[in-house]
Formats: sequence, structure tokens, C-alpha cells
Amino acid sequence: MSDTTQARPEQKPALSSHEAAAPRPLWQVVLIRPEVMTLVLLFVAFGVATWLSPFFADTTFILESATFYVEFALIALVLTLIIISGEIDLSPAAMMAFSACVFAALFKAGVPIGVAMGASVVTGALMGAFNGVLVLWFKLPSIIVTIGTLTLYRGLAQVLAGDRSISGFPSWFIGIDWKYWFGVPIPVVFFVLVAIVLGVFLALTVTGRQIYQIGTSPEAAWHAGIRVRRIKMSLFVLLGVTSSVAGMLTASRLASVRYDMATGGELQMVLMVMLGGTYIFGGRGSIAGTFLAAWLLIVIATGMNVANIPITSQLIVMGLLLIVSIVATNAIYARTQR
Amino acid sequence: MRDFVRTLIHRREAGIFAMLLLITALVGTMEPRFLTLETARIVALAIPLILIAAMGQMMVLVARHVDLSIGSIMAFSSIIAGMMFRDLPDLPIMAGVVVAIALGTGLGLVNGLLVVIFKLPSIIVTLGTLSLYRGLVFLVSDARQVDPQFIPRSLISLSQTSPVFGIPWLVIIALAVAVATYLFLDHTRLGRQIYALGSNPVAAPLRGIKVVRVTLLVFALSGALSGLAGVLYASRFGYVNPGITGVGFEFTVIAAVVVGGVSINGGVGTVLGTVLGVLLLGLVSVALPVLGVSAFWQDVFNGAVIVLALLIDRTVRERSTRALAQARSSG
Amino acid sequence: MDQQKLISARGISKQFAGVEVLSDVDLDLRTGEIHALLGENGAGKSTFAKILAGVHRPTRGTLRMDGRPIEVSSPLAAQRLGITLIHQEPISFPDLSVAENLVLGRGNEAALGRVRRAENAARARELMDLLGVRIDVDQVMRGLSIADQQMVEIARALDSDSRLIIMDEPTAPLTPKEVETLFAIARRLRDEGRTIVFISHRLEEVRALCDRATVFRDGRLVGTEEVAGLEDADIIRMMIGRPVKDYIHKHRARIGEAALEVRGLTRVPAFRDISLEVRRGEIVGLAGLVGAGRTDVARAIFGVAPADTGTIRVNGADVTVADPSDAIGLGLAFVPEDRATAGIFGTMSVENNITAAVPDLISQGGFISAARVRALARSSVEKLKIRLASLRQPIMELSGGNQQKAILARWLHTDPAVLILDEPTRGIDVGVKAEFYDMIGALAEDGKAILLISSELPELLALCDRILVMAEGRLTAELSRDEATQESVMQAAVPRAAGEAA
Repeated sequence: MSDTTQARPEQKPALSSHEAAAPRPLWQVVLIRPEVMTLVLLFVAFGVATWLSPFFADTTFILESATFYVEFALIALVLTLIIISGEIDLSPAAMMAFSACVFAALFKAGVPIGVAMGASVVTGALMGAFNGVLVLWFKLPSIIVTIGTLTLYRGLAQVLAGDRSISGFPSWFIGIDWKYWFGVPIPVVFFVLVAIVLGVFLALTVTGRQIYQIGTSPEAAWHAGIRVRRIKMSLFVLLGVTSSVAGMLTASRLASVRYDMATGGELQMVLMVMLGGTYIFGGRGSIAGTFLAAWLLIVIATGMNVANIPITSQLIVMGLLLIVSIVATNAIYARTQR
Repeated sequence: MRDFVRTLIHRREAGIFAMLLLITALVGTMEPRFLTLETARIVALAIPLILIAAMGQMMVLVARHVDLSIGSIMAFSSIIAGMMFRDLPDLPIMAGVVVAIALGTGLGLVNGLLVVIFKLPSIIVTLGTLSLYRGLVFLVSDARQVDPQFIPRSLISLSQTSPVFGIPWLVIIALAVAVATYLFLDHTRLGRQIYALGSNPVAAPLRGIKVVRVTLLVFALSGALSGLAGVLYASRFGYVNPGITGVGFEFTVIAAVVVGGVSINGGVGTVLGTVLGVLLLGLVSVALPVLGVSAFWQDVFNGAVIVLALLIDRTVRERSTRALAQARSSG
Repeated sequence: MDQQKLISARGISKQFAGVEVLSDVDLDLRTGEIHALLGENGAGKSTFAKILAGVHRPTRGTLRMDGRPIEVSSPLAAQRLGITLIHQEPISFPDLSVAENLVLGRGNEAALGRVRRAENAARARELMDLLGVRIDVDQVMRGLSIADQQMVEIARALDSDSRLIIMDEPTAPLTPKEVETLFAIARRLRDEGRTIVFISHRLEEVRALCDRATVFRDGRLVGTEEVAGLEDADIIRMMIGRPVKDYIHKHRARIGEAALEVRGLTRVPAFRDISLEVRRGEIVGLAGLVGAGRTDVARAIFGVAPADTGTIRVNGADVTVADPSDAIGLGLAFVPEDRATAGIFGTMSVENNITAAVPDLISQGGFISAARVRALARSSVEKLKIRLASLRQPIMELSGGNQQKAILARWLHTDPAVLILDEPTRGIDVGVKAEFYDMIGALAEDGKAILLISSELPELLALCDRILVMAEGRLTAELSRDEATQESVMQAAVPRAAGEAA
């Protein structure tokens, strides 16, 4: 199968059962993986949606609908890295809201919009760093502590923006979802670009591989001299920064900022990551999977809208999908695990 | 040194009590109208629903799990009960209560089954069911709220009338639930098994504890109590709305439980502590507006409280492990 | 006293993954005796005890109790038969009270499952009085000292009227006074007609406490004797007496400067005042029994769990090793004992595992050069003769020996000056062991300084220029190649008495 065995006959495996087990056939490695399941589901969903409504199969329409979900999808990409490394973060939706409120409040107060945007990104980084410190230095379990911080950040957004809806942004800022690049809405272009960059990073760089190693066995990674803390902290900060960017994209799309921006977003982000075949316990997953899963969700949500299924029923579907996806990936991975 | 850990736990409840007194004193000095019976009544009414659900969540946490779907379970039971009252005007309220509790139990059992059968982390499972159940709420109600005129007067009167000392029935029910939880957890075999399971899940089956049964039980109880809280929601607020009822509820409850000294790692926590935790959060939520602080700080407070409680938890555990190591080494 | 056979074991054998760790053990345990089980690490005494306690099931053989055949299918079944195992680190529910820990599972509740708190507490106090210990039964287990936790476990054994109480290395974490209390209780239980099995390395204690002793070696029972008639030397000879295979591994390495020097390294309670040095080209062995603290010392040197005090010098310069990446940068390498959790990335490919510690070597501007990874991995496979089907296969599919070779390969790529190996041939077939010995010898000839931690005496004797011996956290001996024999090493490894170092 690999050239190792062909070029060097003396390396042929010994016959006793003590020696290496036969490797999985190549076709299995390529095809039997969760990302393929996602791809299949994507085709199925696309088919069903088109059958439900012929208006669906219109690229422009799909791309435009995608802009509603791209902000979460962007975050889901970075969240994938965090989950692969063995942690989790439920606070990005709240980070989006607070950093967007910081941006809007500063803008309203007369600060130049560029500075306001910069401040928003810094806020995002700080929030991410705060999460990171609590998890990495104080060794608190990431899942519960980010529930605490999500409440905290959402509260801070409330304090800053109150019940108001802040608007009045310059015309060049708003409506980014109506601006196109070769027929594709800019947010979607951005999403694809980030997916490519992160995908390359995760799959092809040394640090990317180390993220997998950390998630597979934090103990072994530590022993091998991998800078576990530094890498995880960077991921938390990156997530914070991405959240603030996503927050501003939302502000542009809605032309306004409210404290309750992206409520319930936590579920959709985690869902995209899980549907993409990332293992909840870390060590397995891919950007490609999350990318496909994001599109899957876009197709499902848009398809349901077009078929006039009430938006609230989508919650049922989301919830079901999350449970089904973790059960399925758990089943696939648990068999081949340790 | 041996009393060290035990005293720390006692200090926790004493600490919360002290905080309660402190906050009351502080706010009372700044705003004397705070120290009235009226305030006590408002605080008392603010907490029963949280208290009831907190009893359930406490049991789940002690067993080393988490239930994030309680707000949605509450909403589902609430809306079904509300719709029953609306469509069957002569229905006795007990019927509504029974149905709500039964539904809650069922949904809780689903959570438990998912955790036990597929061996999934309860936090992710209940994150999914949080959404799933909320969706069901919208589905069955057609996204319509149950208006106040359909809620039976006898149900609403639970929040307004009182058998003794002006304490509303609602509060008495909540306290009764707390007492029942205490008796169950502290004085029955199953209750102690819940603590044992959370304290050492590996040793539990070796000592004859039926792990599956106990796990299903805690989720079922959490669901049942959320269901009860759901039907009482109609009593307290006079309506049920699929988009409002129970939203964000789980975070408030978790904050209260965690403040009250229940550990995320299981095995630790008392009913008294949880009650005090609920009281503390309730007190703060009432005190903030009195002080002129916008109610928006409530979430900030809740979030900070969760983080702080986790930090304290961690420090206590570390200190006791270090103390053990010292004791061993001096041998 | 009229003693009868309580337990008769015949032909008890146990296999783990095809390797037989216990073979044809015939042993009788009498009522009213304290019986010691002795043997080196991995000799089989713990396995035998666990079989009695229902933790393992024997692959072959029978057990009889009071003459009737029994099957100890689980710890619960053992308890019902009246057999209790007291672990060195007692298992308990740390957040429940002592009384509750004692009583859980007894099933004496009243109607509706109501717990009889008062009665349980009273019974708990009764048991404590019986044992003559003063423990507050209402406090949580978490606060108790190990000695007290053991007492609670013994109390549980009494409460369930256990006839056979197995104590696994109970005295290691105890003060001399606590040991005396334990012994007094053991003697009382024996006088009541119960049987105590005492697993220990401490020969003085065995002699002070036990009536008979059984020695295990290499999975077999060597002999059972009355303790009164045994000398230390006899016991040790029984434990290790085997023909020392003559491995032809007298490597010819030129021994140079000190590459690693350690002075006064201390981390309470794991190890105290460790000073050693390893020179280039030298293989220094670190011998000792399980729990002696050898791995802790290695982890301290490598920065996994740094020491409290003490100095480390590498190649003559004082260094601080705060974490493993520091250590690697200084030229240290550490092959850990537990490769499953601290060594391999199980689901990742062999080539990923081999190149995990050298990101700079495989990186091309931050990107992974698949060619370099392949080349490095291939060279390792050749040099170390790793048997596998594909470099891309998950490392967990390899046999134990090949996994270990891959981990060694990982560390060799960092080109270390000092190589610390912790039980490198554990769980590996004899044939592959020989390959490892050759490799280790070759590495020394290459000028590397090697610290070899091992529990296998023949291995140490074959490979090492010097052997350091640790017992209970301290260095007890340094033996040159000539001085080192299995007896002399074992003498130094066996603790003299509770709380003392030789």
C-alpha cells in the first residue's frame, strides 16, 4: 500500500500476531470518515430543498441566504481548532454582542470609526484571553467556565447598550452583504478565504499538527515538548478576535447593534463543528468538515424558509441534528479510539 | 487539619449567609425603604421558580452531570398546561400540575437516556435538547402565547394568597420542595447513592450502586421539577409565552446552585447552601433596581458569580489535596 | 490453635494479552494466620492477590474455600464470600463521611429507603472502638490521612465479617507509630481466626508480623515457609535466584565528561536529596522497587514535574528546567514509562509520532514538509528495525515493542546529549528486548549519557556501568559493575524498616 513496503522487501510485516496489524485499505481511509457523511447529507439536503421548492436551486438566492449564517460559520471554523485541541468555548456569541456594542458605543460617542473597529477587535482579543487564562492558568473546565463568561459578556453588552438599538453607521459600512465580488456576497467570500487559510494552517503547518497532537494526548504532547499552553491560549484569543469581526459583519448586515445580537448562536456554532465530524473529546476533526457542515446548515435553514416551515421549527431540527451528529461521530471515533 | 475541609464547607454556607446580611445592611443604609416587609415579599416571590428548579439541578450536578435544558423543559410543560387550561376551562388545576410534572419527567428521562445509552457528555446533550425542546414549545403552541385570561384564577391565587404570615402559597410550595429534597438526599439510600456516584464514579459500581438507574433518576427528577416550575410560572406571571418563558433560565439556576456550594465535580453540595445561593441571587436582583443600578447588570453579576464560584471550588480542592500530601509526607 | 485451610488455590494461572504473568500457583492459606506474599515487581504476587479479591479472573486453576469450590467473579462477589482487599491508596467516596463509607452497600435501610443515620453512626463508632482508633465518623473521608483511610477499609472488612483480608503494601505511607497500630490490629484479627495476607517488600516488617511467607518469582510460586526459619538472605535468594543470562552487551564506550549532574534534588514526598551524575558514554542504572521515586526523579530532571529544591547541571552549566521544551533545548530526552498515556499519539500515524519532538526539522517555513517527515521516519524504521505495514498507519496498531521503538526514535531525532529511559523494555517480547539492549549499547558508544531506570535486574546488570539504587525516595547505594549482583542490588532496594533509609 505504501511505497515503504514495496521498495524494501525486508520490511515486510512478520506473520505473528504480535506484529503490526494490517493497515486499513486506502479506500476506507478516504471514504469512511465523518466529512463524507457531511458531504452526503449536504447533497441530500440540497435535493430535498430543491424538491420542496423549485425556487431553491438558484445560486444567487442561496448565496444571499448564506449571508445570514456566515457570521456563525466564521466562528465555527476557529471553534473547530479549539475543540480539536481538547477544549471548548460557548461564549463566542456573547463575545460578538459585546464587542459589537463596544464598537457601536464608541462610534456613537464620536470616535472615528476606524478606531472604534480597532477597539472592538481588541475587546474580542481580551475576552478570548480572559477565557484562556481561566482555563489554562486556573485550570477550570472550559465548558462550564465559558458558560459563566458567556453570561458575563452578554451582561456587559446589556450594560453598555441597554435596551437600545444603536444605528446610524456610515453608508459604506452597512450592507456588506449586498456588496459583491464576482457575483458572490463579500461575507461569503471572506468565509471561504478564511476557511482556506485555516484549512491550510491546520492540515499543512507544524502548529496545526501540534493542535491535533494536543487533542489526542495532552500528556504526550507535554512530554514531547509541545508548547501546549501557548498554542491553546492563541486559539482562545483568535476566537475572541474572530467573534468581534463576526460581530461587526452582523452590525453591517443589520445596520444596527443590539445587546441581544446572536442570541442562541452558541448552539449553531457548536452544531456546525459537530456536524462536520469533529470529535467532541478532541484530536479529530477538520476545517473541511466544518465548512461543509456550515453549508449544510445554510441549505437546511434556507430550504425550510423557502418551504414556509416556521423559523422556530428550525430549532427542533437544530437540536435533533446536534444530538444525532454527536452520537454518530462518537460511534465512528469511539471504535477506532485508544 | 482533619476538620479543615469540613469547616471550609461550613464556612461556605456561613459565608453566603454573611453575604446576605452584608448586602441587606449595605443596601438598607443607602436606601432605607429596602428594609421593609414589602421588599421581603418581592424577594420571596422572585425566587420560588428558581428554587424549585435549583433543587433538580443540584441533584444533577451532585451526580457529576449538568442539565442545560431546564429552561426549555419548563417552557414546554408550561405551555402545554397553559393550553390545557385555555382549551378545557373547567379543568382542575391539579390536572394541569400533574401533566406538567409528567411531561417534565419524560423530557428529563430523554436527556438521561441519551447520556447513558450513548455515553455522551451531558453538557453537549442538554445543549442539544435545550434547542430541541424549545423548538417543540413553538411547534405545539403555534408560536402563540397563552393569554392571561385563560390562566385559572385559582392558579394565580397561589402567588397572591397565603395561609400564614402573608407568605404566598407559591413560596410555601417551593420551600416544601426544598425540604423534600433535603429529606431525599440526606436521608434515603438513593439520595446518598447520588452523592457517592458523583464523588467517585469509578468506585460506585464496585459498591453495588446501579449507575444507570441513578443517572436516569437525577435527570428525571430535574425534568420533573422543571415541569413543576413551568406550571407555577403561569401562576407567578399570569401568562405563558413560548419565546419568553424560561429563556436563559438555566444560567440563572446554575449560577445560584454553584454559588450555593454545589461542585461541578460532583459529590458536594447541600440543600441549605443551594437555598442560600438562590436567596442571594434573588436579593441582588431586587437590590439592584432599588439602588438605581440598571437591571442590565444582573447578567454580569450572574456570570461573574459562576466564574468566582468555580475559582473558589478549585482553590478549596487544591488546598485539601495539598494538605493531604503534606500529612502523608510528614509520615 | 487448630488451623484449617481457608483457601486452597491449585494451578492458578493468569494471562494478559497472550503473556502469562502467573503460572500454576498452588497455595494454601490457613485460618488464623498472617501470610506474607513476597516477590520483585511483576513477580505475580499482586496478580494473585487480585485474583483472590475478584479483580481478575484466573485463566486456569481452581479456588476452594472451606473445601468447597468457589468462583470469585467480581469484587462484589469476593465481598460476599468474605474476602476483602485493602488497596494501598484506599478507594473511597471522598465527599461522604466515614460512617457512610463504612455503611454504603450494606442495605440496612428502613422503609422508603430511609437511611438509619443514628444507627449507622453508632455502628461506625463501634467498629472504630473495636480497632482502637480514634476517628470522627462524621467527618468526610477527604480529610483523612492514609492511615485512617486504611483503618476505615479494615473496619469495613470487619463489618462484613471478612474472613480473608488482603493488605497490599499497606505500610508504605504510614508512620512507624501507625504501622504499630496496624500490626496490633492485624494480630488481633488473626487471633480471632481470620486470615491476613500481607503483601510487602519490607522484610523486617514481614519478620515482625507474619507467620508464614510465600515467595513469587517470574509468575511462579517459589516456596512457602515459616517466617521464623527464614533469613533475609534466604528470602532474597528466593526472590531473584535465577541463572543470570549472559547478554553479550559489554559495550565499549569511552567514558567522558559529566553530561548530567544533579545535586540535592528534592520533592517532598516523592524523593529527597538525590545527587547523581551521568557521564558521556556511560550507562547509569537506577534500580529500586515500585514507589521508590525513580520516575519522579526523571520527571523532575526533564521538567515534567520540577523539583522543589536542588540543582541540575547539563554539560557543566547550571540550568533551570521549567518544562519539557526547556529540557529538549538543553539536550535532554526522556522516554516515559507509560507510553500509552505519556508517549504515543495513538490515533496518529507512525511518522507523525516519530517526528513529534522535532518541529524545526520537519518544517519548511512553518509548513510541514511531507518529504522530510517521510525521510526521518524511514531512517528510524531502518535504524531501529521497526516492524510495520505503513508509515501512515496509526501507531496504536503496532505491537508494544514497535511502539516503543518509535518513541525511542522520536527522541533520538532530537540528538540528545542525555537520554533518560524509564522501563524501556517493559511489556516487550524477549527477542525485541535484545534489540533494545544492542541499541542502548550503541547509543552509549556514540557518546550519549544514559540514565536507565529499570525494574529488571538482569537488564541492569547486563547494560550498566554503574547502578544507583533508590528506596523510598532516597538513594541507598551506588554499585560499580563489579560490585553489582542481583543480591546486592535487591538488598539496597528493599527498605530496611518503616521510615528509615539504609
